[in-house]
This record gives sequence, structure tokens and C-alpha cells, in this order.
Amino acid sequence: MNTNKNTEAQRLTFAEKLYLPELAKGMSITFREMFKPKFTRQYPEQRWDPTGSYRGRPVLVLEEGKERCVACGLCSLVCPAMAIEVQAAETENEKERYPEKFEINMLRCIYCGFCEEVCPEEAIVMSKDYELLFSSQKDAIYGKDRLLVPVEQLQDRLDFLKEYK
Amino acid sequence: MPHIVIDGTRIETSPDKTIIQAATENGINISHFCWHPELSVSGNCRMCLVEIGLPKRLADGSFDKDSDGKPVIGFFPKLQIACSTQVSEGMHINTKTDKVIKAQESVMEFLLINHPLDCPICDEAGQCKLQEYEYRHSNGQSRFEEEKNHKEKRVKWSNEIFYDGERCISCSRCIRFAREVAKQDVLAFVNRGDKVTIKVSEGKEFNNDYSMNVIDICPVGALTSGDFRFSSRVWDMSFNDSICPGCARGCNIKIGSRANKVLRVEPRNNMFVNKYWMCDYGRLSWYENINECRINEPQIRVNGSYEDCSWDQAVDAAYQGLKKYQPNEIMFIGSAYSSNEDNFLLKKFAKKIIKTNNIDFQKYSKDGFEDNKLKVNDTTPNTNGLTEIGVAPDQNGYKINDIAKKIAVGQLKAVYILDDSLGQFPELLESFAKAEFIIVHASNKSKLTEIANVVFATSTFAECEGTFVNFEKRVQHFKPALISNENISTMGAKMDRLEKFGSHNDRWSLRNIHNSRQSWRIIMQLANKFGAAWTYKSSSNVFDEITDQIQSLSGMSYKLLDEYQGLVLGKAGSPDKKVIAYQSYTMKPN
Repeated sequence: MNTNKNTEAQRLTFAEKLYLPELAKGMSITFREMFKPKFTRQYPEQRWDPTGSYRGRPVLVLEEGKERCVACGLCSLVCPAMAIEVQAAETENEKERYPEKFEINMLRCIYCGFCEEVCPEEAIVMSKDYELLFSSQKDAIYGKDRLLVPVEQLQDRLDFLKEYK
Repeated sequence: MPHIVIDGTRIETSPDKTIIQAATENGINISHFCWHPELSVSGNCRMCLVEIGLPKRLADGSFDKDSDGKPVIGFFPKLQIACSTQVSEGMHINTKTDKVIKAQESVMEFLLINHPLDCPICDEAGQCKLQEYEYRHSNGQSRFEEEKNHKEKRVKWSNEIFYDGERCISCSRCIRFAREVAKQDVLAFVNRGDKVTIKVSEGKEFNNDYSMNVIDICPVGALTSGDFRFSSRVWDMSFNDSICPGCARGCNIKIGSRANKVLRVEPRNNMFVNKYWMCDYGRLSWYENINECRINEPQIRVNGSYEDCSWDQAVDAAYQGLKKYQPNEIMFIGSAYSSNEDNFLLKKFAKKIIKTNNIDFQKYSKDGFEDNKLKVNDTTPNTNGLTEIGVAPDQNGYKINDIAKKIAVGQLKAVYILDDSLGQFPELLESFAKAEFIIVHASNKSKLTEIANVVFATSTFAECEGTFVNFEKRVQHFKPALISNENISTMGAKMDRLEKFGSHNDRWSLRNIHNSRQSWRIIMQLANKFGAAWTYKSSSNVFDEITDQIQSLSGMSYKLLDEYQGLVLGKAGSPDKKVIAYQSYTMKPN
């Protein structure tokens, strides 16, 4: 037995129950809006260029052909979604440590930007890239090949960090 | 017995102790870098500065008392170091007054003047004493604006030890260790003032059998291990207590692993066995066997090739095979690499279920391995345990030396081997090959597993729970440090975070979890197939039965063994006095 005595249908007034006046009301809004200026972006023909403050997918900064990252593993530690895996190894460079493997599981990433905030080398930053496509779970794990981005392309974000971080 | 008062806590101690010793023994921590309980006192880090006072005496020699009748304490105007000041009756020590805190802050500021801020690169980060004290004792500011000193980096002291002069805080622990414990006096300070650095004597290497201990005692990241260097951050790893299986000493160790791979082995304090040290052999030699070449699934040989099979199939194959033979045609070989629990059930299975007297084990001895420090010639961890349990033939049973002869004449047809390490003996292997039916409990692929009919995938000691009896007859308990299919439900807090939170689509969680079992569990399953009704649920059930039946182990339990860091055979009632274990650093974040 239905004991619910106060359903949506029971709360309607008589005018509302007639339906036609409500239809007219709705259509009037529709027609009014048709002649107002449009805000919809015709994506993907028309793309949006985010500002430096936008947190798109995290990327590694590539500077002078080398990654800035020293594989300290702090991003991996701070990542609340555990998206990042870092495996360090030794190099002959002055900074003797570099990431042999750096993988971000983009299915896990929640774009919080903690990795960028904790990074002592400003080596991982949030990019403007918001278009992420993958066809399988494996495909969603980004390695160094897809993560390294030349520093010139990330200047907006680096300037933003300089000012606000 | 003099009494001293540290920050208002009254402590009874003996007169030959220094303040820091008395404090440590009573569980009070005084900050320090250079002091180590097993090394001589050098007093050069100045971190343990404390305020010391003695009761004031009047002209007639009696103690001055205030209006409440308490003695008046006269504090020294200057601070003293706790590591080289001996205690005396009625001494008052303050470790938390403003004066002391200011001194500690100053010491930290001095140390950090030339210490590079390269924690992101440094392997020690997370277990660094300097880092820890930076949080605890530093004001977080440096007034030093000039260029930091540059010194030699990546200096190779030996193949396994790298020295970074810039990170060194000149505590001299490594120098004293080399001189006093390792007895290879090749390290020394060179240069003076802020140019001071540590060097190995010209043309020498610091490469004795105990050299890698300096990496553990180094309070900063100046000394790093060539073996471990940059393998993992310490906070990604789990460090679980275990016992080194490298020789009969049974050094207490911690197994550092990440994603179920052993990356590092380090000593754990046990004053009755290994103090704070372990040998480089134990550190480096065996852990690869746990990571590599493992047997993941039980296997049976079908028409000459091996096939992975389920546990039930393997046990059934073993049952069908063994059933065909007379009891005295079957030989059981225990293993001094396996725990007491495994060997006890093997013996019980042989004697009670199969009803044979043919049970023995192979003894190992590596001549020249022994030194007068930790290593002993017997390279198995549990020979004494097997002797105690009685893994030996009685009456007319066959000995291990008889095997070749007996197999050749056809008196022995089936062999049940608890251990894959017998593959090292070519002559044994040759005679095994002539046997009709071989069952091997193996954790690693070896020549022995290539000739066996049934291979049971066995957990290594690092995945099992059990006990070893070392050469001094100390029974020591070890718990699983790594995950196997069998123990995964109980490992919980002992897993590292990668293991704990990994899912199937993370590449880092594609870990190697072996479908292996502890030997005793396999034996129990097989015995039950033969009609026994054994109901052991955990290793402790088996151990309880051992303590019931073996006189010298009576009264022991895993709980007591853990509590007293092991008990000597026959002395469960009178254990050694408990000592507070000194820990050189605290893991952060833990």
C-alpha cells in the first residue's frame, strides 16, 4: 500500500493541472531566449584557450633537452589519488638523480594540482591540456614520452606560479 | 647506585654511565648525531648539549636545602655534552630549558650552513637524523647568505659505498666504526674547519665484510649504498622484521621492500645476537633469490614437461605417487633453511603417516666463512633447530649419505625433499635423478626442480612465519615480511602503500604475488589426503605442538619470543633481561 500522501501530483494547483498554461509559459521563455545573444561555444571547431590559472593535465617540464625532475617522489607521495609512479635512477649530471620512469595514470588523476604545489624543482606543472582521450585503461597511463613538454609551451603556467604559489 | 634527575624524572643508574647512556637505557631520548651506543665517544657534534647541575654543599660539607627541605641545585654556567659527562649522585639534567633549546638551534644552524638543501635528490630523505632534527630543533631560518662550501661528491669508498662530502656533518661515526668494529682503520678526517672531509687512505678501499654498516649509522645521506642507491624512496617501502638466513648467527634484520620486491636489507637491533650490525654478505647475497627465478605455481611433470597446476592437483599427484611405494622405499629430507614448524610437520608426516624411519637433512658448512665477528661457518639458519626437533633417522633408517647407494640398488625409490638448495650438490643430484619419484618443496628454480615429479611452490622465509634456532641455541621468531597468496589477508599494515592501494589497471601494482605456501601447510594437506586429521590453522598452532613435545622448547610461545628478542633453548623460564633498543633514526613519515 502506498502511504505517501503528499506526492508531486497531489501538490499541483488546478491551473497547473490543466497543463496548457504551463506549456505556454515554457514556450514563451524558449522564444525569448532565441533572440538573445548566444554564449555556446562551437566546440570542437571553436576551441577554448585557458589562462595560466587553469589546471589541465599535469606535465613534466622539459628544459634544455632534459627533464627538470629529480625523481624525489614527493608528487607521488602527496597525490591523493595515487596516480603518479616514479622510479629514480642515477645520472652523470650535477643533479645525480633523474626519473627513469615517470608515469601518471590519467584515470586516477583528479587534477588537484598538489603535485605541482609540492614539487621542489617546479618540474611538474598543470598544463592547459583538457582534451584527454584514451581507448583503453592501459592507454591512460602516460609515460615520460607523453608527459614531457618543452618549457616554452608552459610559460603561462610558470608565470602564474611565480606570482601566486 | 647513584640517582639522577632528567627533566624531573628520577632515574637509578650505575656510576660508570654517561648521561646519554643512562637516559637511553631508561627510554629518554637526548638529541645527538655522533654518539652511538656501540662506538667510542667523540663528542664532536655538540648536539647533546644539556644543562647540568649538582646539589650545592655548604661549608661544613652538608647539602644546602631550601625552605621546603629540597636540595638546592647549582647549575653549571656553561652547557655540557651528555655523551661524555659521567653521571654522579644527585645530578640534575635539563634537556628542555630555553638555554638548551637555544644551543640546539645554534648547533643546527651551524650544521646547516654548509649542508646542501638537496633532500629531493638525497637517498636518506625520510630517515635522516638531520632532517628530523631540522623539524624538531631548528628555528627554520638561516642567516647564511653566502655560497655554500663545495666538496667532493660521489666518491667511491668501495663498490658498495658512495661518499658525498657536502652532505657529511663530520660526526665521525664511520671513522670510529671502521676502527673499532670493522677493524679496518682506513678512514680519517682530512683538512680543517669548514673544509674538513673524510678520506680513505691512499690506495686503499673501505671494503671489509662489515663496511656497509656505516651506511646505516651515517646520520645523514653522506654515505649511500651502491646496491640500493636511488632504487626507492624510503616512505614508499615497508620495513618488516625478519631474521637473516645467511648463516647460523641469525642476525635480526629488517626487510625493506616495495611492491613485493626486496630492495634492501638492514640490521635490526638485538643485543644478544648481532647488536646493531650485520655482514655485507647477508645484506647482498640472498635477497635476489626472493625477487627472481621464483616458482609461482605448483607444478607436476607430465610426459617430461612441467605444467602449472592447482594445489589440489599437485597434492593429489604427490599422494598417488607416494602411495605406490613401501614406507622404507621413501626418503624424507628436511631442510636447515626451513623453519622448525616445517621440519616438525615433515618429521611427523614421515614417522606417523608414512611410518618410515628414513628422514635426515643435509648440513652445510663453508670453510673459511667464519670470522670472529658475526659470520659462522654453518651457512644455514636452523641446523640447531633440526637437531632439536630430531630430523634424523633412528634405528635402521637411511642417512643422507646412504642415499646414492640405496637408490642405486633400488632400495630407495621415492624422495621427498623440503628444500631446493640441495641442487648445489652434483653427486646428490645425480643419484636423485635415478629415483623413480621425487617431490620437492621449492621456492626457486634450480637443477633439482628440473628432475622432480612434483614441485610444490614454497614460500621463502620472508613470506612465512616460523622460528629458527641459531648456533648459540637462541630460538628466534620471524614473521612474514612479503606478501604471498597465502598470507595476503593478514598482512594489512605491513604492506607498503603501493601494494595496499594498487588496482589491476595500475602498472605499479602488477606485482609478483606468488601462489606459494608455507611448507607445513602443504605437508598438512598431503597428510590429510593420507587420512590424517590435522587441523593446524597457523604457524603458532604448530609451534605450540612443538613446545609440548620437545622438552628444550617447552614454555616458549611466539609472544614470549618477540618480547624477549628470542629465548635460549631450555631457558624459557629464565630469559635474558630486556633491554631498550636504541634506534638511530625515526622513519618520517611513518
